[in-house]
Amino acid sequence: MNKDRTKLQVSAIESGTVIDHIPANQLFKVIKILKLDAIQNQITFGTNLYSQRQGKKAIIKISDVFFKEEELNKIALIAPTAKINVIRNYEVAEKSVVEVPDLIVGIVKCVNPKCITNHEQIVTRFTVIDKQRVELKCHYCEKITDQEHLKIS
Amino acid sequence: MKGKSLVSITDYSKEEILEIVRLSEKFENNPVSDLLKGRVVATLFFEPSTRTRLSFESAVNYMGGKVIGFTDSSSSSVQKGETLKDTIITVSNYCDLIVMRHPLEGTARYASEVSAVPVINAGDGANQHPTQTLLDLYSIHKTQGTLENLNIFMVGDLKYGRTVHSLLMAMTHFNPVFHFISHEKLRIPEEYKIFLRQNNIPFFEYSDFADRLAEADILYMTRVQRERFSDPIEYEKTKDTYVLKSEMLVNVKDNFKILHPLPRVNEVSIDVDDHPSAYYFPQTKNGVFARQAIIAKILGLKIDF
Repeated sequence: MNKDRTKLQVSAIESGTVIDHIPANQLFKVIKILKLDAIQNQITFGTNLYSQRQGKKAIIKISDVFFKEEELNKIALIAPTAKINVIRNYEVAEKSVVEVPDLIVGIVKCVNPKCITNHEQIVTRFTVIDKQRVELKCHYCEKITDQEHLKIS
Repeated sequence: MKGKSLVSITDYSKEEILEIVRLSEKFENNPVSDLLKGRVVATLFFEPSTRTRLSFESAVNYMGGKVIGFTDSSSSSVQKGETLKDTIITVSNYCDLIVMRHPLEGTARYASEVSAVPVINAGDGANQHPTQTLLDLYSIHKTQGTLENLNIFMVGDLKYGRTVHSLLMAMTHFNPVFHFISHEKLRIPEEYKIFLRQNNIPFFEYSDFADRLAEADILYMTRVQRERFSDPIEYEKTKDTYVLKSEMLVNVKDNFKILHPLPRVNEVSIDVDDHPSAYYFPQTKNGVFARQAIIAKILGLKIDF
């Protein structure tokens, strides 16, 4: 019992979604993108947890919420390492990874200060020209926003 | 195709570019018509322009249409804080076509999505200016008889010059060889070099003119803006390196032509104006025909000449 308690850093959920291996510094962005601050279900999260693979990681467990794949793929931009576990009856029922989508609507702010999307209320649109390096081409001003300059709107 | 906006040169395929070239030639032979009789074109210039606006208005007038619009945003409701969206939706209820220039990038694409009528981009910040590119292509075709297999030299501000980038993208359909001459600070951006390599288009980069013009078919000159240099001394030192003078034109080919999107400052010496290769003023006239062609294509006008 003691051993179990020390092992599991964020307590288990009976059913819902676990998002694991989030880079620790991206936790709050993930919460924002998935709009977790607006849902009423029980959410537990831990951050700055030790991970052998990535040093410090974060984890989120959301009870009784199951996301569509395209919803979860939105976080691939900032948390490409994230692993998704769907939990049913305390067991992992499905495992998946996130994938950067071809088209990104909303979420990201265009890096170009002279882009119209930074001056009027316009939902941003980007085509992903490089999924590995995360390079996004603005549908409006045609400038590239790269991972280093990626800001969540 | 009728009703399609023209925002970026990449909106047009090779066939569509050639269609504009053919139509421009028709309008050059028949500049005056009543093809736009009963039609209204709005020219919305949120920042000033002389050549582009006047050549559009000239094109519309020669085709028998009427023009409404404004020449800078201080005489529009933008001054009262109206959004671009509201301005465009409103104006699109007053006309058949919108021609717009705006200092912010992406405005024309956005306008084309909210407007009830087609939108022609007459320049959106440093982004796109496709009608300039199409008149450049018409000028090249007219002087060379073809767009294929040409030696194109580009000089000046190759880093920020949107006309350079758009022309480069469009010419890639026609198997050119590019020669880029610029200061190291104003070299063609890496993304365009990658684009050329992907399309197997050969290109060469030089830092001066030397005696390179003998093999050129087209020389595309651009203005180097003082504000591109943080150090004014460096600007003073380099500006004369990229000035075209008549004595540099002794060995040029007979078909060789000099193009410039204008305005010119000092990069083409005035003594070049009388050289048979100088083509930048006829080029501006081609702008009227090319714009007539673009308007005709977008509005799907039936041309019987």
